[in-house]
Amino acid sequence: MLSHLPILQVIIPLLAAPACLLLDRGRIAWAFSCAVAIVSLAISLSLLHQVSGAGPLSYELGGWDAPWGIEYRIDLLSAYVLLVVNGVATLVLVAARSSVAAEIDEAKQPLFYVLYMLCLAGLLGIIATGDIFNVFVFLEISSLATYALIALGRDRRALWAAYQYLIVGTIGATFILVGIGFLYSLTGTLNMADLAQRLPALAESASVYAAFAFLVVGVCLKLALFPLHLWLPNAYAYAPSIVTAFLAATATKVAVYLLLRFHFSVFGASFTDPVLPLEGIFLVLGIAGVFVASIVAIFEDNIKRLFAYSSVAQIGYMVIGMGIGSATGVQATLLHLFNHALMKGALFLALAAVVYRLGGANFSHIRGLGRTMPLTMAAIVVAGLSLVGVPGTVGFITKWYLVMAAINGSHWLLVPAILLGSLLALVYVWRIVEAAYFSEPVAGTETCREAPLGLLLAMWLLVIANVYFGLDTRLPVAASDGAVRLLMGGAG
Amino acid sequence: MVTDFYNYWIVIALMMIGFFIVIVQGNLVKKLIGLNIFQTSVFIFYISIAKVEGGTAPILTEGVVLYSNPLPHVLILTAIVVGIATMALALSLVVRIHKAYGTIEEEELQERDHEC
Repeated sequence: MLSHLPILQVIIPLLAAPACLLLDRGRIAWAFSCAVAIVSLAISLSLLHQVSGAGPLSYELGGWDAPWGIEYRIDLLSAYVLLVVNGVATLVLVAARSSVAAEIDEAKQPLFYVLYMLCLAGLLGIIATGDIFNVFVFLEISSLATYALIALGRDRRALWAAYQYLIVGTIGATFILVGIGFLYSLTGTLNMADLAQRLPALAESASVYAAFAFLVVGVCLKLALFPLHLWLPNAYAYAPSIVTAFLAATATKVAVYLLLRFHFSVFGASFTDPVLPLEGIFLVLGIAGVFVASIVAIFEDNIKRLFAYSSVAQIGYMVIGMGIGSATGVQATLLHLFNHALMKGALFLALAAVVYRLGGANFSHIRGLGRTMPLTMAAIVVAGLSLVGVPGTVGFITKWYLVMAAINGSHWLLVPAILLGSLLALVYVWRIVEAAYFSEPVAGTETCREAPLGLLLAMWLLVIANVYFGLDTRLPVAASDGAVRLLMGGAG
Repeated sequence: MVTDFYNYWIVIALMMIGFFIVIVQGNLVKKLIGLNIFQTSVFIFYISIAKVEGGTAPILTEGVVLYSNPLPHVLILTAIVVGIATMALALSLVVRIHKAYGTIEEEELQERDHEC
């Protein structure tokens, strides 16, 4: 049984999706998918435990040996990202019941959970697999589910946002498919470990560079790296609140994982050096993303959109970590992957509570809400401070590692840039604090009550995690440290 | 030289035509047609790389030793299925957009969103 965990991690949510379809009531489908998510979380915990003890796990699908059959490969990096995705997905799902009941028609609720499970299975599949074509298939499974999830939003602009995301996402996925085609025609293999062995012999072939370019651009479209981020704000703003919390905390993280996987494991970090300063490009785009998105966020009126732009900025930080390219830099990326999932999970769940009680998340809605929904607003403040990077929260840990990596790599200009980016985040978080605590409530919201228990519970668990992992950093630091050594070791 | 690789030139031409339509067209259905052409070019690309000169269809037959590589065929079969699913989802989104807005022209959609 234990030896089958890598495949069970993916297959359980994948089979749970059609099973959800058979449950015709929203409440039952919710309870069922919660149970599945918890099992999935337990599997990822067990995988992380096994991998950190005994090294990478390899699972051969159908008993076919690795380079020919499809291999599922769980190393420390994938176990770590699996845990992040599963953890947030489970908490968001626990919180989902009341918000989904309010925002989605009764008849469509079981379908919502079907899509949620499909999307989760796709994301887990991308992380677990060691076969690049399998990556494409799971990417499309999760993407198709995501488009439908976004289109479930009540606002008609959700449809338009889903359509735009579909166009961009399909182009991105097709680019990845072209890249995979190039790699296969050159090496005759689809297995990542096998590719990593065969590619160095073909280095400086134009076709390998073309493959790399297609893969990186394709993944960056999914990642919403500035300036390829235009689909993201609308998709996050008009999707149902729970979907936003789920996507913001998981989907972009998986894209970061893919980029790391391709860049470091498959091609090797120094691969593009002779022709293209990719790391320099990552640095420039990352910094531009941080500044442009943060400044747009400051002037945004819809708070969901505000935090969507803030997500683009946070992706910028992750890419900066990769751009620095040193072990500490990549570790900062991995830490931020974990930390950002905690922050944005908490923030978007809090917004889901606001939307649940008030029907919208504009600045006019949250005026004076510090008095009527104190717990929800306190959650936004703590998670917001974590976003800024205040000591004692997880955000600080990321910024600390990023600044350390910048100083060690003598990127002196990066240090003020990172600090300035944090100040910009402080501005937009302060706008929310000001509206919630120092404005008079709008007429009609005085009787507004605190959020439902499930939402509060999940939200505060994430908030507490924000503080806890800001003080006791052993788990993420140890896991990311091991993962970085694995990535860098494979490259050098 | 050029005629030797004519199928790859077709792939490039189709890919660019599809991409161009996706970017330039304002009609949502025409955009999808462009997207479909774009994806189709990749299908041809995969089938081209599978061709082994002088090889037959990959079916076991007596007296034949040279086959085309069946793996890219299988891969692209998967991608075709994915493409169909994407197209079905996209078209159903267009239907719902038409119901909600009464138009499928990008410019008019944006105008109607700014009105409210």
